[in-house]
Amino acid sequence: MDLTLKVWRQKDRNSAGQMVTYPIKGISPDMSFLEMLDVLNEDLLLRGEEPIAFDHDCREGICGMCSLFINGRAHGPERGTTTCQLHMRHFADGDTITIEPWRAAAFPVHKDLIVDRSAFDRIQQAGGYISVNTGGVPDANEIPIAKSVADKAFDAATCIQCGACVAACKNGSAILFVSAKVSQLALLPQGQTERYTRVENMVAQMDIEGFGSCTNIGSCAAECPVGISLENIAMLRREFIAAKAASENLP
Amino acid sequence: MNWFTKTFSSTVGRKIVMSVTGLFLCSFLVVHLLGNLQLFRNDGGEAFNLYSDFMAHNGLIRTMEWVLLAGFAFHIYDALVLTRRNQAARPIPYQNNHPEENSSWASRNMGLLGTVILVFLIIHLYNFLIPARFDGLDPVNIDDVEYENLYAEVVYAFKQWWYVLIYVLGMIALAYHLIHGFQSAFQTLGLNHKKYTPFIQMFGYAFSVIVCLAFAAIPLYFFFFV
Ligand code: HEM
Ligand code: SF4
Ligand code: FES
Repeated sequence: MDLTLKVWRQKDRNSAGQMVTYPIKGISPDMSFLEMLDVLNEDLLLRGEEPIAFDHDCREGICGMCSLFINGRAHGPERGTTTCQLHMRHFADGDTITIEPWRAAAFPVHKDLIVDRSAFDRIQQAGGYISVNTGGVPDANEIPIAKSVADKAFDAATCIQCGACVAACKNGSAILFVSAKVSQLALLPQGQTERYTRVENMVAQMDIEGFGSCTNIGSCAAECPVGISLENIAMLRREFIAAKAASENLP
Repeated sequence: MNWFTKTFSSTVGRKIVMSVTGLFLCSFLVVHLLGNLQLFRNDGGEAFNLYSDFMAHNGLIRTMEWVLLAGFAFHIYDALVLTRRNQAARPIPYQNNHPEENSSWASRNMGLLGTVILVFLIIHLYNFLIPARFDGLDPVNIDDVEYENLYAEVVYAFKQWWYVLIYVLGMIALAYHLIHGFQSAFQTLGLNHKKYTPFIQMFGYAFSVIVCLAFAAIPLYFFFFV
């Protein structure tokens, strides 16, 4: 396949960036999108140009490191797919493909296509954990949890923190990510101790980071590679209302 | 900030205010529409003038007017704060973006639709509420008692085609605002349930279309048939 790529290039956080056009030839439809970029980078290196910086790690859809806004869609045009799992057979010979970094005030661009997603880490640190005393390994099934509840918690726990929800949302809202983390723990017995404090602190940190507010547009869930559902956002709101009404936390 | 102001200045808290006021405004629309349907009675405006006299002098109604004003004020204020925040959260736009692949147009344009509604609202109040409350209208006799003739004002306004156009456009904007907004308000309040959400979505769609069609029918009826 021969393609034309239009890629966002930006030297560092403080420089202005622009779209740069690269023709690329001889791409196999069996390559993944990132392998296609690897080929381009090899070319650039041979020509003595700076390769395109992009995030990646596992390349098997589980770590959440890869990103990229491809042809106007987070993680590209296929639903339920991370960029590393997107294959070139979904494009046609002769296509022009635009590649941009996630755009959000809370995700500043580091370099080229790499954005700083540490805002997510700070939200997690604000409450996305449980405190337990370590000791012996607990027996299996010591704490009974209904299958339906365990399934919901597990579904929420599949969030890989990639940030596609923020990238896809017109408002740059992080609420799908935060709601996945809040629901996952609020559903389980182990999450009860910090239940109210968790949602209060995580929402407060989300606001401090400068993410937008949710208008229930739904583009986040539609573009989420692991299919985190909007039900989690409703649950976050219930948790928030209950916490504000019942917790004894004063600011 | 104390816990209360902190709750309602967070993004999640502000949306709770928007959803409660939004649903309250929806209930106002129902009352307003039911009253206005009397304009379709073929009685030279008698029933409508009696009704508007009642609305102008009943204590409970006059009190609710202030509650309504507060509802609008909170809804619009939080809409402004959140919309500006949302714009600031995405300072650099995408050069190639296809949001139509993942969301509805109305859901992405609530601020625009709300602004159109606000402009319509100002024109609408200037047309009818200001003359009715402050200027004094022409008198009309019903059973030898003198009433203000708001009906004549309606007939006069809706003989001008640009008023009819403004009203129909206003109602189209309201319809789209509510097609997204009605069901959205329940999601904002945390109500998302396999049993109830499909019903809420269906009801919200029907509500938006029927209410706005009925409102829009009033200027069209006067323009073409009275
Ligand atoms: C009769 C008039 C109106 C009604 C019945 C109404 C109703 C609603 C409802 C039910 C919602 C959904 C709330 C939620 O998702 O939680 C909403 C959202 C919204 N309304 Fe209105 N509204 C009206 C007028 C206005 C006006 C005049 C403005 C602006 C000047 C406005 C701006 C907005 C915005 C921006 C949203 C989206 C807020 C967000 O999700 O962040 N609305 N409205
Ligand atoms: S909710 Fe989905 S899109 Fe958002 S960070 Fe988690 S996995 Fe990525
Ligand atoms: S590189 Fe790990 S999910 Fe894509």
